[in-house]
Amino acid sequence: MNAIETKGLTKKYGTKTALDGLNLTVSQGELFALLGVNGAGKTTTIKLLSCLMSPTDGTALIFGHDIQTAPNKAKALLSTSPQETAVAPNLNVRENLELMAGIYGASCKDAKEKATEIIEQFHMEEIEYTKAKKLSGGWQRRLSIAMALISQPRLLFLDEPTLGLDVLARRELWTMIRALKAKTTIILTTHYLEEAEALSDRIGILSGGKLTALGTPQELIHLAKAKNFEDAFITLAGGAL
Amino acid sequence: MSRTLFFAKRNTLEIIRDPISLFFGVLFPVLLLGLLSLINSAIPAESNMTLYQIDTLAPGIAAFGLCFLSLFASMLISKDRGSSFMLRLRTSPLRSWEYIAGYCLPMIPMAMVQVLFCTLAAIAMGLKSTIHILSVILGLVPTACLYIALGLLLGCVLSEKAVGGICGALMTNLAGWLSGTWFSIEMIGGVFEKICKILPFYPSSQAAQALLQGDWMLALPNIGLVTLWAIGASTAAILVFIHHH
Repeated sequence: MNAIETKGLTKKYGTKTALDGLNLTVSQGELFALLGVNGAGKTTTIKLLSCLMSPTDGTALIFGHDIQTAPNKAKALLSTSPQETAVAPNLNVRENLELMAGIYGASCKDAKEKATEIIEQFHMEEIEYTKAKKLSGGWQRRLSIAMALISQPRLLFLDEPTLGLDVLARRELWTMIRALKAKTTIILTTHYLEEAEALSDRIGILSGGKLTALGTPQELIHLAKAKNFEDAFITLAGGAL
Repeated sequence: MSRTLFFAKRNTLEIIRDPISLFFGVLFPVLLLGLLSLINSAIPAESNMTLYQIDTLAPGIAAFGLCFLSLFASMLISKDRGSSFMLRLRTSPLRSWEYIAGYCLPMIPMAMVQVLFCTLAAIAMGLKSTIHILSVILGLVPTACLYIALGLLLGCVLSEKAVGGICGALMTNLAGWLSGTWFSIEMIGGVFEKICKILPFYPSSQAAQALLQGDWMLALPNIGLVTLWAIGASTAAILVFIHHH
């Protein structure tokens, strides 16, 4: 079964078409990057696939569950790490993690165990009892991703996960994301092209609400007859070199 | 522990760890009680003015203090609405009724603790400690529900800034001036008195004062009126919350 299957997925806001007939299949365990300039339709796609809004037309299945007819079944399998750090500010790191585990159905005991596991996995022992609002940007981002992972989602949406992080923190996160590959299907949106190229199995490029190109980084370079991935992206996203 | 309880625990921690909540929820009513008791001690006994006597004042302030629940609930909800944290929660399996219960559940014990603190402070200032204090705590539950529902409703429709103004300033002033705690509404009379008796603020303080005296016959009609307001506000709040989610 595929992680994501969309057919003619469309979203209109009044007369403006934000997403125009998206046909896309993402396999289980794949790391798929969704790229595009601002206003290309990335956020709309993510919001539709994570059941935050209903499409104007078309269908989308998350592990076989229709986002319109069975959103709660789909939601139980997915998790998101939004672009802005999404943490409860007055709760400490452990409390934030236990909260998310509980909301996804873990018992009190399981939530504590899962929090301990992920604190170790993300090397957050030293900040375990620090309130989220007192953490640095890098630690907050790491906590935000850990909160998305504590429910062991089968599908994870990472929206600009390394935005604002320094080079070291970014590389550290790349290592974590690579470690998740295969176990978890990941949909990554990013403005850092080298990030998409380094991490993704396949990349989809959206332009004006339409999927204009789809393939591995090498296939896209070949398709655009470009020297490198950045040039390929500019060509395929509708820009001029 | 269910999903709702995990969410309710988070909301409890967010509120009690906010120093503003602690100040307005616990300290402010006690400060008010102390200040008005001081004023009372300066009033000559021969004036026969009973308004600021501790057994009238304490239940009135306990009822008034609950209006800060609206501020806590609306601030939390409006803050959540504007944050990415809510975006994360909305992609989780939490359902609308679980959100509503999660926001409201922590408020009821908070209300009871708030009334308890107020009455304990009043005892320290000379209020006679009787079993009727328990009746006051229970009798103010409909008032607490009303303010929680108003907080839920306003938190759903107003921004964080607007909520501070509406709940923090307008609501507290309305609840104070129309409650008959600061001055006797019969003294003004006319339309003002009629409005006060229709709105829930005056009946709340009347019910609390009557319960402290053990006068259930006077308390019950007032509790009934407040309960009707609470049911109306809760229905509106639930409908608006579900619509916004």
